[in-house]
Amino acid sequence: MKQVVKNNFSLTVPVRSVNESFARTAVAAFVSQLDPTIDQINDIKTAVSEAVTNCIVHAYRESIGNIYIKAYIYTNNTVCIKIKDKGVGIDNVSKAMEPLFTTGAGERAGLGFSVMESFMDSLKVTSKKDKGTLVTMTKKISVRVSGNAK
Amino acid sequence: MSVNIQSSGRVVVAYLSGEIDHHSAKQMREQIDAALNSYMPSMLALDFKDVTFMDSSGIGLIMGRYRLLSKTAAQLCIINTPEHIYKIMKLAGIEKLAKLSKGEIKNETGC
Repeated sequence: MKQVVKNNFSLTVPVRSVNESFARTAVAAFVSQLDPTIDQINDIKTAVSEAVTNCIVHAYRESIGNIYIKAYIYTNNTVCIKIKDKGVGIDNVSKAMEPLFTTGAGERAGLGFSVMESFMDSLKVTSKKDKGTLVTMTKKISVRVSGNAK
Repeated sequence: MSVNIQSSGRVVVAYLSGEIDHHSAKQMREQIDAALNSYMPSMLALDFKDVTFMDSSGIGLIMGRYRLLSKTAAQLCIINTPEHIYKIMKLAGIEKLAKLSKGEIKNETGC
């Protein structure tokens, strides 16, 4: 059955590290209408934080630009989050998604995509050199039965 | 975001609080490293009790301190780890680098 979008929002922020916290908090506030557990909210916040940090550390490493965040809630209680940049793009997406792989200087752990993958239900990354990257993540928020809350 | 450092003998305990992300990790790193440089401890304990959020930037912070401490054969302990932060630490395999505990520090030589 095709799912219908029940609600959505979009947010565009300039590439500033102070917006990492703003972006994840905004998405968490949007998702809260589905009555997620604290664990589910934490998972989503962490995944969003990773994607936004990637935009800052990698996509716009030597430039300025915007981070485009869109979130959708579907009728089956699935949330879909899209985080897009118009930065440098990723040469080899599957290589970039390997755990511990990083091109980041200093103390980047190389775990961003691994975290997104394991904390969300699905992760898709599409990228084009010098055009930018789009990260699409989904997570289903199961309906909680009263008295059975975790 | 803040770091409160306490030193007793050869042990430095850094009480971290607030949110740890790429934005806040830099300042935390500078404060912890300043303490490591002045006390030269044989053990650093990072207390996560009051950390409300952490992404993989926090993992980078831990791995970086581990590398620094291993130069002087000093130990790293991670204590009072809340459940949601424990999850990302396990994913990163932090228990291979540091003693990882959900509880308090037990003695001066171990966690």
